[in-house]
Amino acid sequence: MLKQIEGSKAMAEAIALCRPEVICAYPITPQTHIVEGLGELVKDGHLTDCEYINVESEFAALSVAIGASAAGARAYTATASQGLLYMAEAVYNASGLGLPIVMTLGNRAIGAPINIWNDHSDAMSMRDAGWIQLFAETNQEAVDLHIQAFKLAEELSMPVMVCVDGFILTHAMERIDVPEQPQVDAWLPPYDPVQVLDPAEPISIGAMVGPEAFTEVRFLQHYKQTQALRLITDYARDFEKAFGRESGGLLRAYRVDDADVLVVAMGSVCGTIKDVIDEMRDEGIAIGLVTIVSYRPFPTDELRKMLAGAQDVVVVEKSIAVGVGGPLANNVDMALRNLPDAPRLHSAVAGLGGRPITKPSLHRLFRQASVQPWEGTHFLDLNERIVGREIHTTRKKRRSGPTAENLLRRLATEGDAR
Amino acid sequence: MSEARETLAPGEAVQRLKFYQKGTFTVGNRLVGEDERSVQASQDRSNALTCGHRACQGCGEALGARYAIDAAMRATGKDMIAVNATGCLEVFTTPYPETSWQLPWVHSLFGNAAAVATGVAAAMRVKNKRTRVVAQGGDGGTTDIGFQCLSGMFERNDDVLYICYDNEGYMNTGVQRSSATPPAARTATTPAVGDEPGNVFGTGKSVPKIAVAHNIPYVATATVADLHDLERKVTKAMSVHGARYIQINVPCPLGWGAASHDTIHLARLAVECGLYPIFEAEHGRITHVRKIRKQVPVTDYLKRQRRFAHLFKGDRPDPRVARLQAMCDANIADYGLVAGADEEV
Ligand SMILES: Cc1ncc(C[n+]2csc(CCOP(=O)(O)OP(=O)(O)O)c2C)c(N)n1
Ligand code: SF4
Ligand SMILES: [Mg+2]
Repeated sequence: MLKQIEGSKAMAEAIALCRPEVICAYPITPQTHIVEGLGELVKDGHLTDCEYINVESEFAALSVAIGASAAGARAYTATASQGLLYMAEAVYNASGLGLPIVMTLGNRAIGAPINIWNDHSDAMSMRDAGWIQLFAETNQEAVDLHIQAFKLAEELSMPVMVCVDGFILTHAMERIDVPEQPQVDAWLPPYDPVQVLDPAEPISIGAMVGPEAFTEVRFLQHYKQTQALRLITDYARDFEKAFGRESGGLLRAYRVDDADVLVVAMGSVCGTIKDVIDEMRDEGIAIGLVTIVSYRPFPTDELRKMLAGAQDVVVVEKSIAVGVGGPLANNVDMALRNLPDAPRLHSAVAGLGGRPITKPSLHRLFRQASVQPWEGTHFLDLNERIVGREIHTTRKKRRSGPTAENLLRRLATEGDAR
Repeated sequence: MSEARETLAPGEAVQRLKFYQKGTFTVGNRLVGEDERSVQASQDRSNALTCGHRACQGCGEALGARYAIDAAMRATGKDMIAVNATGCLEVFTTPYPETSWQLPWVHSLFGNAAAVATGVAAAMRVKNKRTRVVAQGGDGGTTDIGFQCLSGMFERNDDVLYICYDNEGYMNTGVQRSSATPPAARTATTPAVGDEPGNVFGTGKSVPKIAVAHNIPYVATATVADLHDLERKVTKAMSVHGARYIQINVPCPLGWGAASHDTIHLARLAVECGLYPIFEAEHGRITHVRKIRKQVPVTDYLKRQRRFAHLFKGDRPDPRVARLQAMCDANIADYGLVAGADEEV
């Protein structure tokens, strides 16, 4: 049914349609509205046969989900930013034990400095944790990905993280098609666990594993993610057949035909990028976009095929692996490796801590890539003036004080003239 | 045996059984009624934790776990699931491909056993199953790193019995100090060197007391020196729903530097000197205290353990022994541990 609705509310309704049996809730902006929405649906009787548990931390949230999932219940939780880090140990544990938990991540920056706004550093912190990580471009896709996520998780017995941009998606009011219960029931079978704690058939789960089998356990985890590459494509196709719209999949192409410049990005920023591409195409520039939906497993081969013909590839990402550069750019680099006449790779970090990614800045960036390429990682719209002055001060003065506060003070007294 | 039998008042039962006649303070099976006898040798014994585990000789934790989980298995007709924190118990019971557990058992992490158990209990509730849930861990996994999850589980009154096997230190990682380590005890992180050798005075916490402060339906301390009492407490805990906590004093020969044949003896001395009060509480109120049968000085307890050896090295008495005795005396006064026979409070 078409609704004018907040993204978080729509996601809550979609998750409820998947009939989760245990939901663990803990507040953290910008994910909070999702679990609040679910709490309401349980309390007012819309979602039945569901235990909604207000836990005392994110570590407990995921731990409760681990227990519920191991005992055969469909388990769900949501978090963001600091919350994801707080549950880090359990994140690895859930995937290591092969438990098909679904978790929404309302993407938000990680502190310090504390920042509640959107970027992808939280998701990146867990990119090697053995979870499938899917990034939604729109709220419609966020709704649809959750439905696909449960099916994917349970088929593979592997947890899935649905990443949705904080505020930009979670707090946006827009027109969203929320499916009907019979549609979802027909598409998503009940959870049939591959391992379950059952007194009738007692098993031990979580034994210590030494060097004799640890590599093999990890290999099988990796193998399952390579299987997921196929399954994610298949399920997206099935989903389109059943629900009548395209959502999910490994990656999506936009105006890539004959493109000299290809942009690679994830999440909601792809909307802005598409607008810029349309404008540049109107000006006769052959440019296109590849949207990565599945960051883990990473669709290396599929991406390679898509990027092969381009001259320049520009990766725009909302995260920075400090000391290295953009993590997405690194993975794209992997796809380009060994490609004869590989396109040049340009890495840009943008939108950190919620900084708006504007069309004029993207225009400049994409043009610069082919005419005046940069070395290393480019920080889009970096305020070079205050950065320069801070570097200067720290060189001159030993006790220069806390960096973040220094920058804020400079901005307040000197203004944002760049 | 601490409970009244048909015609006898609690005090009388103790007297008539003549605990002291053999000097062991134990009650042999032949001295108690049929219904109170230990089931060690029975074919019907559930044997939750079977042979093949890798615990040290004389491990109090292995003994405590076997009796506690067996009692819980009996109380639930084997319809239960166990959640284990990381620690000695977890490691020594599951040397895969062997497992000592005869019930569904899951180990997730060191600090989340209470939360995982909450999840299992929630799954059982949503599926309309009567299966009960027991979480278990060492003192480190309970009083330190798992404390937040434990308090959350208590506060929500989740239907979980949490059993803490208290061997007063992080044994699995090689005997380090936890918040349950007694003052003066030598551990790898409170070495017996310097002016104040061993663990510091004035630190630590009583998690049983904190559990009582959560007003949960049932809290008890127990000891492997009194397995009947332990079984009775676990059985009682399984007869009620909501959050329950049992903390069992389980001597660790390796970590305490004690003879492996001294495990039960040490557990008994810990109680009889007053250092380890044994009590029960319901809904925030202490309901029963196990009286000391024959009070002993704390030195009797300390001298049998190498972790306290530094207290007895010099030619003059170490004043810290008196401080430990003062702790025992305070417990005795606070809990009313010495007043003849057991009594309901
Ligand atoms: C998060 C985390 N920190 C530390 C450890 C290391 N560790 C494993 S078992 C253990 C000691 C367990 O002590 P306790 O809970 O008292 O159980 P015991 O071995 O004494 O029975 C420690 C420190 C761990 N596994 N996980
Ligand atoms: S170290 Fe202590 S607790 Fe661990 S198995 Fe040995 S005796 Fe038991
Ligand atoms: Mg311990």
